[in-house]
Amino acid sequence: MRFPHRHLLGIKDLSALDIDQILDLADSYVELNRQIDKKQNLLRGRTQINLFFEASTRTQSSFELAGKRLGADVLNMAVSNSALKKGETLIDTAMTLNALRPDLLVVRHQDSGAVELLAQKVDCAVINAGDGSNEHPTQALLDALTIRRRRGRLQGLLVAICGDILHSRVARSNIYLLNRMGARVRVVAPPTLLPAHIDRLGVEVFHDMRAGLQDVDIVMMLRLQQERMHGAFVPSLREYYHFHGLDYEKLSRAKPDALIMHPGPMNRGVEIDSEVADDIDRSVIREQVEMGVAVRLAILDLLSRNLPANSPVAGAK
Amino acid sequence: MNAAAEGYKPIPGTQLTAYVNARLVDPGTGYDGPGELLTQGGLIVDTGPKLFADGIPAGCEIIDCAGQVLCPGLIDMKVFVGEPGAEHKETLESASVAAAAGGITTIVTMPNTDPVIDDISLVEFLKRRARFGALVNVHPMAAATQGLKGLGMSEIGLMRQAGAVAFTDGVQAVANAVLMRRILSYASRYDALIVQHVEEPMLAEGGCMNEGEIATRLGLSGIPDAAETIMLERDLRLVELTGARYHADQLSCAISVEIMRQAKRQGLPVSCGVSAAHLALNENDVGNYRTFFKLSPPLRREEDRAALVAGVADGTIDVIVSGHNPQDQESKRLPFAQAATGGIGLETLLSVALSCFHNGHVSLCDLLARMTINPARLLGLPGGKLARGQPADLTLFDPGKSWIVTGNRLRSKSKNTPFEDRHLQGVVLRTVVAGEAVFIREEA
Repeated sequence: MRFPHRHLLGIKDLSALDIDQILDLADSYVELNRQIDKKQNLLRGRTQINLFFEASTRTQSSFELAGKRLGADVLNMAVSNSALKKGETLIDTAMTLNALRPDLLVVRHQDSGAVELLAQKVDCAVINAGDGSNEHPTQALLDALTIRRRRGRLQGLLVAICGDILHSRVARSNIYLLNRMGARVRVVAPPTLLPAHIDRLGVEVFHDMRAGLQDVDIVMMLRLQQERMHGAFVPSLREYYHFHGLDYEKLSRAKPDALIMHPGPMNRGVEIDSEVADDIDRSVIREQVEMGVAVRLAILDLLSRNLPANSPVAGAK
Repeated sequence: MNAAAEGYKPIPGTQLTAYVNARLVDPGTGYDGPGELLTQGGLIVDTGPKLFADGIPAGCEIIDCAGQVLCPGLIDMKVFVGEPGAEHKETLESASVAAAAGGITTIVTMPNTDPVIDDISLVEFLKRRARFGALVNVHPMAAATQGLKGLGMSEIGLMRQAGAVAFTDGVQAVANAVLMRRILSYASRYDALIVQHVEEPMLAEGGCMNEGEIATRLGLSGIPDAAETIMLERDLRLVELTGARYHADQLSCAISVEIMRQAKRQGLPVSCGVSAAHLALNENDVGNYRTFFKLSPPLRREEDRAALVAGVADGTIDVIVSGHNPQDQESKRLPFAQAATGGIGLETLLSVALSCFHNGHVSLCDLLARMTINPARLLGLPGGKLARGQPADLTLFDPGKSWIVTGNRLRSKSKNTPFEDRHLQGVVLRTVVAGEAVFIREEA
């Protein structure tokens, strides 16, 4: 079955069918990833550029591994050394990269919409690895894969997304994906960390952790994005942890077998108690990282199927 | 009045022009009907339904208006030009060419230039440049605070003498309440108009569109209504204290219209404006990060747009401006949060504003008042009405004719129109400044 998208810019653009297709393929890649010989040659001769304007550990390394396992030449662009810091515009950077004739471009940028803007200007397939507070589609997909493998389905599950929703692209992508797949979504956060009219995205809004976690199947914790906290959103980390940090006491409201998820990197003792995070019976945080590689393998695979047999002429657009 | 019957004697050496077969619309008197008009040199000699009943004076140039609307030349109270400092975006000359093509005979320039217009020499510089390079009348607004820094009052009295028609910090509000109080208080002694960008800067900080569902979906920080209403309410209380003349330059939300309605009922010496774009567009137009719709104040909900139109209709909103703000590609082809605000609007002002008339919300005469006599009165400028002795600044347009906006065909140096590919109704046929045609549409 053909994947009907040239780029992966956001979950917003995907149908339930698209999401199932990605997750099914990703599922099959989990096994590949566990073999000793992980090398494939699906992307042999293809060039993948990872363009990260914002620092990332797991997303970037996960994309790098996935590309390499499929046989692509992978180039990591270090933005601190790039011309962008010397005043080059995003569009100029896009045109320069385009001349390098990549087939796949993985982009993270601090501004919402920046990846989409780039995608309009380059000839290759573009994958959004996180743009501002807009979307982080591969994170939502790997979360969904993790849940689906543990619970066998997404339909009908009750999911609480807790913490800094305001700044979170992970939250938005997860809300879109879970809604599309028939799960019920709650958001739990102090009012200062919720964007305006979040309820119109089809979620139930809670300000109290205990009420919000009542009977949920999945608890998704979000990182408190202290680097985006221009101004005061919460009075102190101590107070935040007291009311919104996930500990066993608050977790006891959820279903007894509720899964604990976190996109990482974690602030232990801020949004999540260390013991809860490491609880091997409940926490699937490390599994999420593993699923990340599988999902990215699937995305690279699906998008590469739509690439022209020969790369387009650079600068033709 | 009958010019011929009165035995009007032309002054030798100055051109007489007769406009015949016109639909005269004069917001000065409220007249809207067939009529004729005579100008000599730079002034209107007379006007009336049957001015030339006894014949047209000899040696007269005759303009047949073919039943189209002849009204006072439009006055646009909010125009950003790139001069001085950003001539690659727009010069006084290029802005004036665009204005003339849009039926605008007077533009009022904003002081947000480089250097800032905060000194008499710069006010004089602009007026001099305009005299030699611009097709239309140019009147500068000057900075309300030195360097637009919001710290100290600018030389309001001296710049008023030099020809500044009003005082504003342009794209930002005077945020300091004590300073604003003193500016209002001081300006009242010179009867100077203080124009405020009504936006509380801390509440708007980092915001790039209306706060709401769409901003949330796009992952963009929003600007709440309260940023506007708080600044507006604060200023109105300061106007109560000082009695100064105050103008909120652009409203964007429904609550602001209601606040102004109350303030006027209360008798405060206040007025307000709206941009044509805000009467025609809403936040949905931002779509997928379309930066040409990033405006300041931001486009808001459909119900806000409707309330602004209602405000124009009932007279709460005094003035419609273009808010013409030229930006080059480098300033707009950026991620939404980084992109410059503003859109060009001189050539589309009349057509976009006319949608309020075509949709049946306001009479043509009342609509034109918002772009003629009202800004003239607020700024103490001549013109804005069709009367003996007034400047012969005139606009002739076909209100019903439609056209499609193509940015690249607009005359402004910058092409950032939010109306690209839109069908608009209303085409300017001829623009006259001081009796001289500065724009004549080529095609019939």
